[in-house]
Amino acid sequence: MGHEPIRSLELRGITKRFPGILACDHIDLSVGEHSVRALVGENGAGKTTLMNILMGLYQPDEGRILLNGSEVRFRSPNDAFDHGIGMVHQHFMLVQNMTVAENVALGMKSSHRPFRLDIGAVRKRILEVSERHDLPVNPDALVWQLSVGEQQRVELVKTLCLGARFLILDEPTSALTPQETDELIALLSKMSSELSIVFISHKLHEVKALSDTVSILRRGRIVFEGRTEDQTPADLAALMTGHDVELPRVDSGGAERPVGTGMLSIRELCVKGDRGNLALDGVTLDIAPGEIVGLAGVSGNGQREFAEALNGLRGVDSGSILLDGAQIAGRCAGAVIGEGMGYIPEDRNTEGIVPSFSVRENLVLKDIGGEPWSKAGFLRLGAIADNANDLKERFDIRCPTTDTAAGSLSGGNIQKVILARELARGPKALVAVYPTRGLDMGAEEFIHKQLLARRSEGVAILLISEELEEIMNLSDRIAVIYKGKILKVVPGKDASKRSLGLLMAGVVDE
Amino acid sequence: MNAGSFVLNILILGVPFSVALLLAALGETINQRAGIFNLGCEGIMAMGAFVAFLPPFFMAGTPQAPFANLIGLVLAIVVGALLGILFALVVVTFRAPQGIAGIGLQMLGWGVAGTLFRHYVGGVTGVAGIAAFPIPGLSRIPVLGQILFNHNPLVYLAFLLVPVFWYVLFKTPWGLKVRAVGTYPRAADSLGIPVARVRYQALALGGAMAGLAGAYLSLAQAKMFADDLIAGRGFIAVALVYFGRWNPVGVMVGALLFSLAQALQLSIQVAGIDFPYEFAVMLPYVLVIVVLALVRKARMVGPTELGKPFDREQRV
Repeated sequence: MGHEPIRSLELRGITKRFPGILACDHIDLSVGEHSVRALVGENGAGKTTLMNILMGLYQPDEGRILLNGSEVRFRSPNDAFDHGIGMVHQHFMLVQNMTVAENVALGMKSSHRPFRLDIGAVRKRILEVSERHDLPVNPDALVWQLSVGEQQRVELVKTLCLGARFLILDEPTSALTPQETDELIALLSKMSSELSIVFISHKLHEVKALSDTVSILRRGRIVFEGRTEDQTPADLAALMTGHDVELPRVDSGGAERPVGTGMLSIRELCVKGDRGNLALDGVTLDIAPGEIVGLAGVSGNGQREFAEALNGLRGVDSGSILLDGAQIAGRCAGAVIGEGMGYIPEDRNTEGIVPSFSVRENLVLKDIGGEPWSKAGFLRLGAIADNANDLKERFDIRCPTTDTAAGSLSGGNIQKVILARELARGPKALVAVYPTRGLDMGAEEFIHKQLLARRSEGVAILLISEELEEIMNLSDRIAVIYKGKILKVVPGKDASKRSLGLLMAGVVDE
Repeated sequence: MNAGSFVLNILILGVPFSVALLLAALGETINQRAGIFNLGCEGIMAMGAFVAFLPPFFMAGTPQAPFANLIGLVLAIVVGALLGILFALVVVTFRAPQGIAGIGLQMLGWGVAGTLFRHYVGGVTGVAGIAAFPIPGLSRIPVLGQILFNHNPLVYLAFLLVPVFWYVLFKTPWGLKVRAVGTYPRAADSLGIPVARVRYQALALGGAMAGLAGAYLSLAQAKMFADDLIAGRGFIAVALVYFGRWNPVGVMVGALLFSLAQALQLSIQVAGIDFPYEFAVMLPYVLVIVVLALVRKARMVGPTELGKPFDREQRV
């Protein structure tokens, strides 16, 4: 069934509602043979929902799907596979404790014999596909032992093994290093001579590099459709957000800071990870008042442990951390906060806020035990409410009322709540971990401006991120972390994507 | 009594003791591999024990009596599977918290079995039950024959099911699906595997095994029914699945270990060894706790989504 080539695929009037949200609003989209269509838009614009409808994972409330001109209905992903459509999801759909072959077998119905799984046939198919498309994978490796880049390759091979001739890629580069991203882009453009590809992304330079045509989604509607080469990244960004976007940049010219006057001084810091491994291995770093130091690295190289140790959330094995001269290494989180540390944690929903508490409660959470928010063991509700209204204005937190549960806000607004709480306390130093991860460009712009404003007020900021663009735009100096060690610290203005990417992969060449 | 026959006795007692645990725990292994822990195992065992007991009890002396045990076993399996499906309805379809739902099922099974028993049967009454079936030839082997080949047919069945379950879990398409929906249901869903249906199937099989385990207790081990016949074995079975790292072979090792400790404590009492009997009775349970505490936390073995309901349209 369905071995005819896919000459065209059309979506007509697709509409999907979730409780309270119109995720897709009468979307029309058509993709031809052997072409790469980029689908771009901010978070929550409806890109992933649309593709899940195309895969049969969601059922549309309205609208039709036409394949080579005739209407099809996909009730489950099986129907989509049968018609040669395959999707690589943003979050890898790989069962970690199974082998590569077992993961492919899961979807390869032809290997499901009665009372027996024909794993030999699966292995053979994997090797065929990986040879044909130049995607080396080991069918017998356990998925959890593979790197993120390798897992991405497995996902591609899996989708191709299941017979996909029409490939949907949902933010495929979001977990990759710059080098891995370049390789993937090159690979995909080669594959596009045989396949049709829909490429979902909000990284505009990737869209430019790979796609022939581009569709832009905003709030569930297609707002633009056209040839990619006619648009500049700035045009695309403006179309995506609905206004001109210019991410601010740091101006670190001139001011050479004397060494050793760190507001935050870290010396030979060693910290253990969850599995007892040495996650941080002798890290030394100084951050001066009014300086942003970017910590670049592929996630999982000790960033999380570093941030937790700096904030009293993780024990310190050896070494010292001085915040404005006070030793904070190994002290509890309350003491560290008391010394003037601010923290934007990696996981905003579980660490940054208490989701079931209201916005106003979350905004005073760090100082709830004392003046001015409580007195003699009672909360001063009036002061708490006034504070919330004030911060709501200043930080442009969009919520119905400050009594709304913080967890019901969008990611960008949750991040603003956290930012407002941390910055309103007037910290001496700030640790920001992936502060814009998953946020759209509007929110990103706001957060970047806030960070730069604090910098000019003399706050020492450690910015941990995987986004090189973000790090290069904001940092006075950039430290690259690899396997728990700082490989190199370079001035922000001298850094290039290529040199940082190599360092992030552990390559130090002088 | 000399030391040799003391040890032999423990082994001869321990093997059949392990069967009820082994059957229930094999079923629970499938449940948990599919991502669902069924604390109601104890209740299903009580129902299985009760319904299996009925045919031999009421058919005693009739011409159909020879088939009574078989009818009882089938009944226990069917009732067990139905209770498994009931549990699936609650935790898969309605996404109720599994721990609470399981405790509910345990109390339901225990209460219904006990009430019906008192109403229709009354006091403690024995049945003929399933007789031992020494395997010709093999049972004559000195020592080994007595330990392994001189039991009722369900004992052999239980141990034969260990490799069968291992094969099903690791070498068949269904086993692959079960493992996938227990570890990463979203991935299974993205490949068109019906997550809820696979979980229903797993729970039906697990329930059937728990029912069979209960039937073993009433028909083969105790040859009677009483309110507290199961005595926590359903909960031990759940613990044994963790102990055995979700692998049928590991589960068997656990069941044997626990049962040998049980046999040891009985033998201590029977032999009149001067040891406080309360402590002897505690021994197997203490052993389970100690072993569970010591088991190495192996990475990436078990079902990582254990206990979590799956909702495709829940946004992540």
